[in-house]
Amino acid sequence: MLGPGVPWYLAVAAALFSIGALGVMMRRSPLIVLLSLEIMLNAGNLALVGFSRLHGELDGQIFALAVMAVAASEVCVGLGLIVAMARRRLPLDVDTMTELRG
Amino acid sequence: MGNVLVWVIWLLAAAACLGSGVAVVTLTNPFYSALSLIANLASLAVLFLLASAEFVAAAQVLVYAGAVMVMFLFVIAYLGGRADAPWAGETRWLRGAAIVASVALLVEVVVAIGLAAGDSLTDEADVADAFGSPAEIGELFLTDHLLAFEITSIVLLVAAVGGVVLGIKASEEETP
Repeated sequence: MLGPGVPWYLAVAAALFSIGALGVMMRRSPLIVLLSLEIMLNAGNLALVGFSRLHGELDGQIFALAVMAVAASEVCVGLGLIVAMARRRLPLDVDTMTELRG
Repeated sequence: MGNVLVWVIWLLAAAACLGSGVAVVTLTNPFYSALSLIANLASLAVLFLLASAEFVAAAQVLVYAGAVMVMFLFVIAYLGGRADAPWAGETRWLRGAAIVASVALLVEVVVAIGLAAGDSLTDEADVADAFGSPAEIGELFLTDHLLAFEITSIVLLVAAVGGVVLGIKASEEETP
C-alpha cells in the first residue's frame, strides 16, 4: 500500500483514543465530555478502517459507518439532555450531577 | 516520488489530527473546542482516504463535520456564556491522575495490539482500485448487511424521538 502501513494507523488511533479518554476524565463540562466522546468513537473508526485495509475486507468500513450513525444518535440525545439541563437552570457541570449516586 | 508525497500528506494529516484532538480537550472556550473537533474530523477523513476508504471519508465530512458539528455549534450558541467550560475538578491531583490514567491506557493498548498481532500487521492484502468505493459499500449494505442497515435506521429514529421528548419536557418545566 502506498505510504504508511497499518501499524501507523493503529498508533494514531490509540493516541487519539487516549486523548479522548483524557478529555472525558478531566473536563467537567458535559459539552466537552461529548466532544471527547466523539474523538474516542472516531479513533475506533480509524482502527476499523485500518484493519479493514489489512484484511482486504469491506466489513470493517461497514461497521465504521454504523458507528457513525450511532454517534449521531448519541449526539442527538446528549445535546437534548444538555439543553434540558440548561433550561432547568442546573449548572452545566458533571461533578454536581450526583442525584443518582448510591 | 509519489510514495514520498503520500507519506508527507499522511504525516501532516496525522499531526493535525492529534494536535486538534489535544486542542479539543484543553481549550476552555467550547466554541473553539468544537471548531478544533471539525479540524480533527477533516484530517481523519484524509487518513481514511489514504487507507482506501473513500466512502467512509465522504460520509465523515458530510455527516460529522457537516451535520453533527452544526448541531453542536447551535447548542453552544444557544447556551451562550453558560457553556463556558470549567476546567478539571477542584482537587489538583485529579488532573494529574487523569493524565496518568490516559497515558497508561495508551501504553496498554499499544502493548496489547503489539503482543497479539505484532508481525501479522505488516502483510496487507492486495485490494482492487474499487475497494471502499460507494458502489461496493452500497452493494454490501443491501446484501450481506441489510439487517444491520435497517436496525441502524431504527436506532436513528428512536434517538430523534428521544431528542424531541427531552425538548418537550424541558419546555414545560421552563414556565414559572
